[in-house]
Amino acid sequence: MSNATTANHDDHHDHHPTGLARWLFTTNHKEIGTLYLVFSLIMFLVGGAMALVIRAELFAPGLQLVNPEFFNQMTTMHALVMIFGAVMPAFVGLANWMIPMMIGGPDMALPRMNNWSFWILPFAFTILLSTLFMPSGAPASGWTLYPPLSLQGGNSLAFVILSIHLMGISSIMGAINVIATILNMRAPGMTLLRMPLFVWTWLITAFLLIAVMPVLAGAVTMLLTDRFFGTSFFDAAGGGDPVLYQHIFWFFGHPEVYILILPAFGIISEIIPTFSRKRLFGYTAMVYATATIAFLSFTVWAHHMFTVGMPLGAQLFFMYATMVIAVPTGVKIFNWISTMWRGSMTFETPMLFALGFLVMFTIGGLSGLMLAIVPADYQYHDSYFVVAHFHYVLVTGAVFAIMAGVYYWLPKWTGHMYDEKLGKIHFWWSTISVNVLFFPQHYLGLAGMPRRIPDYAIQFTEFNMISSIGGFAFGFAQLLFAYIVWKCVRGGAPATAQVWEGARGLEWTVPSPAPLHTFDTPPKVDDSVTAHKDELS
Amino acid sequence: MAQGAYYVPHSTKWPIVGSVGMFIFAIGAANWLNSGPTGPWLFAIGAAIIIYMMFGWFSEVVRESEGGLYNDAVSSSFRQGMIWFIFSEVMFFAAFFGALFYARMFAVPWLGGEGTGAMTNELLWPQYDATWPTHGPAERGGDFETIPGFGLPLLNTLILLTSGVTITMAHWALKKAQRTALVVWMVATIALAVTFLFIQGYEYVHAYRDLGLTLGSGIYGSTFFMLTGFHGLHVIVGTLMLIVITIRCAMGHFTKNNHFGFEAAAWYWHFVDVVWLGLFIFVYVI
Amino acid sequence: MKRTNELIVALAVLAVVTVITWGLFAVGDNMPRGVTPFSKDVYHLHNTVLGIVTVIGILVFTAMFTSVVVHRKSKGYEPAKFTHSTKAEITWTTIPILILIVIAIPATSVLIDMEDTGGAEMNVKITGYQWLWKYDYIEDGISFYSALDRDSNRARQIGSGINPRDVDNYLLEVDNRLVLPTNTRIRFLLTADDVIHSWWVPELGWKRDAIPGMINEAWTYIEEEGVYRGQCAELCGKDHGFMPIVVEAVSPEEYRRWVEAQGGEVAMEPEEHPGFVGRDRASGSDEQPEESAETINIAVLEQG
Ligand code: HEA
Ligand code: HEA
Ligand code: CUA
Ligand SMILES: [Cu+2]
Repeated sequence: MSNATTANHDDHHDHHPTGLARWLFTTNHKEIGTLYLVFSLIMFLVGGAMALVIRAELFAPGLQLVNPEFFNQMTTMHALVMIFGAVMPAFVGLANWMIPMMIGGPDMALPRMNNWSFWILPFAFTILLSTLFMPSGAPASGWTLYPPLSLQGGNSLAFVILSIHLMGISSIMGAINVIATILNMRAPGMTLLRMPLFVWTWLITAFLLIAVMPVLAGAVTMLLTDRFFGTSFFDAAGGGDPVLYQHIFWFFGHPEVYILILPAFGIISEIIPTFSRKRLFGYTAMVYATATIAFLSFTVWAHHMFTVGMPLGAQLFFMYATMVIAVPTGVKIFNWISTMWRGSMTFETPMLFALGFLVMFTIGGLSGLMLAIVPADYQYHDSYFVVAHFHYVLVTGAVFAIMAGVYYWLPKWTGHMYDEKLGKIHFWWSTISVNVLFFPQHYLGLAGMPRRIPDYAIQFTEFNMISSIGGFAFGFAQLLFAYIVWKCVRGGAPATAQVWEGARGLEWTVPSPAPLHTFDTPPKVDDSVTAHKDELS
Repeated sequence: MAQGAYYVPHSTKWPIVGSVGMFIFAIGAANWLNSGPTGPWLFAIGAAIIIYMMFGWFSEVVRESEGGLYNDAVSSSFRQGMIWFIFSEVMFFAAFFGALFYARMFAVPWLGGEGTGAMTNELLWPQYDATWPTHGPAERGGDFETIPGFGLPLLNTLILLTSGVTITMAHWALKKAQRTALVVWMVATIALAVTFLFIQGYEYVHAYRDLGLTLGSGIYGSTFFMLTGFHGLHVIVGTLMLIVITIRCAMGHFTKNNHFGFEAAAWYWHFVDVVWLGLFIFVYVI
Repeated sequence: MKRTNELIVALAVLAVVTVITWGLFAVGDNMPRGVTPFSKDVYHLHNTVLGIVTVIGILVFTAMFTSVVVHRKSKGYEPAKFTHSTKAEITWTTIPILILIVIAIPATSVLIDMEDTGGAEMNVKITGYQWLWKYDYIEDGISFYSALDRDSNRARQIGSGINPRDVDNYLLEVDNRLVLPTNTRIRFLLTADDVIHSWWVPELGWKRDAIPGMINEAWTYIEEEGVYRGQCAELCGKDHGFMPIVVEAVSPEEYRRWVEAQGGEVAMEPEEHPGFVGRDRASGSDEQPEESAETINIAVLEQG
């Protein structure tokens, strides 16, 4: 099964092209991982800047800065950039860096395709962002691109759809690579149930990606043909139905949100044992819980559409299925807490972010459960309550986990320790401001403020102001993050191979910084190096 | 596993060439859709770059493969890649099949007043009677006739099924190292593929010219042409793959134990075949 | 010795977490209780579920922070070795399932109530346009458009120089209110002319999408007289934020008087409507949706 033997490096080409060519032509998983991570950080700042436009406009009632059309473009682009440009590439970057090292493989299974998956992205986002400068403006129909509204968009629609196709192709190839790597490149002794959870969660995520990105491609292709070729998929007059789009979109969209969180679960599952100096509790249960979440994610999509007027039976089905997801997710939360329980904890920055994740993801998950209750969702839907829910799971969930992962592995990548003091400041500043930013949005939603509006009634003023202040504070904290990372790349106290006292796993057996090629000769793996014990074997 | 190391190429220009090609292709396509004058040109240039990239990239892979650089683990990675790629294609078709089922089982009956659609029909489309095929209550695209399943489509089904057999014969020949038989069976497969495409093309012309059935014929026309059209596109790609593989067979590539390229094309061909069966049943027959 | 330590800390943490949580509830807004049986059901359901998840949250955070406080290396705490406990895992799979069942039961019964649209005493057809609403009182033959009122509309323009705070009910006032009788079972038939809109008045307890080419049904039974305000809740283009809804609930007698006074008013085309703010979409959205007149087919409905 574990086929990886020593690696044979190709000698036909120049060994190490330098300068730009090095990055354009590289097939090395670590360099490609770096490319992904840098790209993701840039996109995070761009998407964040758009969010700040939103928050600035919403600071006070009345229209001050932007017109409504541009506001809608910001909302749409913010979401697309954050999801497809920031969070997904960040996870792929981490996968690239860490998976081969964690499983003892020489590189990703398909190194050339790996390069391709990455390099499609900058081009795709060039197209997407260029629509902002088109006469018709960027798409303004929300990231969900519901027809018929999205079909009213100007020339940009075709560009947006083709850029989404490119992103999809990139994601699918990236996912194929991850699966092939995990199934194929493991060192001898690295059985499936010895793999770190980050590897497991990515394996399952990759499966989700391959299953649903093509569905998104199908949905937007139908938009394209409805707009340009006279088809009637989403037009009742021709026998179609606008709601059909929503079904197809959310069949993609809901698994997509788990694509954005499962690798985060993986990262947290690596960090908590390390800083608790205790092996992961309930490893096997964690694997099964992840798989269960992934499976269930295909059965809940219509919880985004409770107000479209579905038959009663369908609403009940989707409500129950959605609620059930709380169970495997709860298993994960409880296992993490049990891992910490009676451990010997220290609180370096990665652990702080992991704990922040634990608390705030749970808050987001619990509000998700409330959204699942159909009659109540008749009130919550399309209000700021939903906005609050998904930013808790996305920002304090996915993004916090990514930051935790970056702090955790940064010494391994650069060979230097980051500035711990600044890291802690970053954590506390972010955690306080992010709650100032998103917690009041729950109240706004309950009080009746719809989402995607550029202006609001007077009674929503105070909470919006608080939220905007939190938004700017959180934004500046992220500039600090960029600075900390940059500083660590430039220098710092040298890191040891193990870096963290409690760290276990193959990646901590190689020197820091990890040499360009690790495990050309596969290591021998047994329970002594893994961060958990497979309690069934 | 026996033959040594996992091959990791060090650097490559092909992906970036491909990305640039896709970029130009996408911009061209979008421009073209918006009737921009440069659209078709960019589209063509992009396509040319992509083809050039595929040619270059695959030649490199073929060279490496024939040069014995790949061990079993590498070919296993390729296999995984192909399997999951095909799975993604299946899901792409699933979206369109989903649209078809939804329209037939829900949207159209609701418009006709069934279930929760009583008021929809009564207030908005009182004259509309839900039937399948339909071009919707507004009779989009005017009257049309459908293509009966048990005519040319049935023939096409038989052709594709036969091609599934011929390619399997080719595979056996390859495994028995019978080079001539291999090439003959491959050529037969290609001939069937081309015949299929020819018939499909004829059918489209017939539909547009004589039956009034177009992409704009309401939901029926939409699902019919998008499903069969994307399938046809995949048949074209599959045929190109078959042609390349046949040439390689004729050039003496592949051994009885090591012929990933052949298998990939064959899997793809079977996938195209199975999708057609779905189409035949759900689009033409039922 | 460690045991008592953990217990004391746990109680302290529990107290802190609870206080914080209550503080958060105290400063914030909650969902309105509303004025219909359904809105009250939803309000109670919301509070019940909110209560349950709050307790879950408090317990989870208490366990977590207790561990954070007690099981620290800096306190010389030695790590334990356990990695597994079947008993615990079964417990924390089963208990959540039971909790979910407890939530699902009332949720289901409220939903079933809501979905039963039969027995309507009157029907109102609601059509969403970019960006105003049209109301057709099917039995009474009244029909009119309802758009953002002039004051709000003037104040909302960029650089209008008008402080929104000086406008009464800024963005929540319309020119023609939807007048409805109290204590009457009213069925709404929702659709749209161009894109999807969503009709939402929080005090009635629900929102429902208005989808072009389709009719959605919903109903209400308003128990208290008053003015209830809401907004379009589905992104419908640039003025999505500016198509409010105002329901004026009056006694059935007053409602009859109001109907009389209307004297079978004829609907205007939206373009002729004085409050019409739409159809001058921002650059780019050039086309009109294809069939305006065709889809609004004000068939008079026989008592359904
Ligand atoms: C990372 C992303 C992410 C994640 C993980 C989730 C997780 C969940 N989401 Fe969320 N969701 C989004 C991203 C995400 N969501 C986004 C982006 C949208 C809006 C899209 C748009 O419209 O633009 C959305 C919208 C959304 C809606 C639609 C709301 C609406 O528009 O009306 C619903 C409704 O059911 C929902 C539910 C849930 C549920 C039940 C979970 C569950 O998975 C949560 C499970 C977790 C827990 C429950 C907490 C931990 C568990 C325990 C401590 C155990 C004990 C608990 C119990 C027994 C209750 N989400
Ligand atoms: C992973 C996804 C993700 C992330 C990380 C975020 C992060 C943030 N989001 Fe977003 N958001 C979504 C996904 C995400 N969001 C989605 C899916 C929607 C729904 C869209 C729709 O309705 O269609 C949405 C919608 C949304 C809205 C509702 C808009 C509306 O309904 O009209 C708001 C409003 O407050 C908001 C705010 C924010 C803020 C303040 C952040 C902050 O966390 C951002 C913090 C980061 C920064 C601020 C960057 C720091 C940079 C600087 C300070 C300097 C910038 C300068 C230069 C670059 C030169 N988001
Ligand atoms: Cu109408 Cu939003
Ligand atoms: Cu969801």
